[in-house]
Amino acid sequence: MNTDMKRRVFLKGSLAAGTVGVAVSAGLLAPQAVMAAWPKAEFEAKKMGDLGAASGDIKVKAPDIAENGAVVPITVSHNMKADSVAIYASANGTPLVAQFMGPGAQTQVSTRIKMGKTGDVIAVVKSGGKLHHAKKSVKVTIGGCGG
Amino acid sequence: MKMTKYALAAVVAFSASSVAIADGHGNKKATDTSPAEDLAAYRAYFDKRHPDDGAGGKPDFSNGVYSILADARSQWENTEEFPPYEDMVAKGEALWNTKFANGKGYGSCFGDDPAQRKNYPMWDDKRKMVVTMELAINECREANGEKPLKYKKGDITRLTAYMAYESRGQKVDVQIPNDDALAAYNDGKSRFFARRGQLNFSCASCHVQNSGTRVRGDTLSMALGHGTGWPVYRQKWGDLGTLHRRLGGCMKQMRAKPYKAQGEELRNMEYFITHMSNGMEFNGPSSRK
Amino acid sequence: MAKKSIKVRAKEKGGVVTVKALMNHPMETGLRKNKKTGKMFPAHYITEVTATIGGANALTANWAGGISKNPYLAFDAPGKKGDELTLSWTDNQGNSESATAKVK
Repeated sequence: MNTDMKRRVFLKGSLAAGTVGVAVSAGLLAPQAVMAAWPKAEFEAKKMGDLGAASGDIKVKAPDIAENGAVVPITVSHNMKADSVAIYASANGTPLVAQFMGPGAQTQVSTRIKMGKTGDVIAVVKSGGKLHHAKKSVKVTIGGCGG
Repeated sequence: MKMTKYALAAVVAFSASSVAIADGHGNKKATDTSPAEDLAAYRAYFDKRHPDDGAGGKPDFSNGVYSILADARSQWENTEEFPPYEDMVAKGEALWNTKFANGKGYGSCFGDDPAQRKNYPMWDDKRKMVVTMELAINECREANGEKPLKYKKGDITRLTAYMAYESRGQKVDVQIPNDDALAAYNDGKSRFFARRGQLNFSCASCHVQNSGTRVRGDTLSMALGHGTGWPVYRQKWGDLGTLHRRLGGCMKQMRAKPYKAQGEELRNMEYFITHMSNGMEFNGPSSRK
Repeated sequence: MAKKSIKVRAKEKGGVVTVKALMNHPMETGLRKNKKTGKMFPAHYITEVTATIGGANALTANWAGGISKNPYLAFDAPGKKGDELTLSWTDNQGNSESATAKVK
């Protein structure tokens, strides 16, 4: 597919020559993580799949009341060995918001997400072949004072 | 403590159901309380109404509702990690350093010092009027053969963002030197407390009597601190705006005919509003919802 | 003056580098209507983000329209002072951007 071709070329160009090879052999850069196609079906799914068991080892930090539903800051932290950390907004039309992989996904990750209405921010950590999750409820309201 | 006649008036005004200080309406004249008494009344009122910053500390009223809501404050602090007005301050610095066609620059009007925030708004006794920083910028431009900038958004906000940024930490110290200035102050004060528009609210209805209360998803900010953070980046605007932009916009929301930006009414209101923040630190540009 | 497309900084403490970044991108979901034309703004969002520290993979991420406009990203990853951090993104319309910063 055209986009995949562009992306592979782009990745090779963006890292120092030979670094990709070194990183792969050192186990730091699993080929799947680099070359996996963007998971279209997952991002277009209208329902969340299996979330796995609730885990106290995962913390989801998000506001109680979002100042602006279009920009909700969230932080997910955990202490597992994560293959991936996925973030869902349960009340969004397509709940999957993001997936994070690699060394940077092992302790904490923060971003800002869109929430169409009041719902849960859910973090799903895939570890040791199993899924684990934690959630935080966020209220999204309409403001009264625009101007 | 010995109560003078005027202090008593202030205390009586406190307990009046509609306003916290003598405002020029009802049975009280704006002249019943002096600016110094108004300052003391505001501080006493807001300290009592909002003793907590939502996290066990005392509110710093110069940060709007973020002073009293811990949840909103942490979202605002997240936004401020990459301040949305950063690039605009840089643009403002470039504008400040750009010479006019006649070879002079803003420095020639402002003593080569962009940190002008503490000097405005000021009473111009020669012309018997309140001069704001935005007005001074355009008077500088016109004196040097340049066209004036629009007063609510655009380049004027970039310039004032840079000037405000350079001025951060300066104390608000609006002076009211004589009776003419006092008349302008009292005019601004009366307008702040005057009910207007279809909704028949005054600025004070929301920002004094109902500060901290919710209007759907919004929390009404305290009038104390309204003068410190301009220009403001409002998420709703996706851009910077001046105090006069917000005042006009709020009047429209109250379904009242808005006063003109940099007209006499809004300049007098700015004089009153900023004076009421005397003693606090200027902290513009700032970001709000 | 062109606006910087990616603002990024990286600070190391105890072998852990904290990376903070702000990317300039409309992140259109494809579901927002242009009131003037009556048509939807086309979907235009970052689909992949990659970061490397000292040449080693630090983070890969898959994103879509649920991430806010002008995305913010922060994470912790191993590294040391002086390492070069590279942050790159690709979007669904085939555009890409990259920025580097030295770990402080």
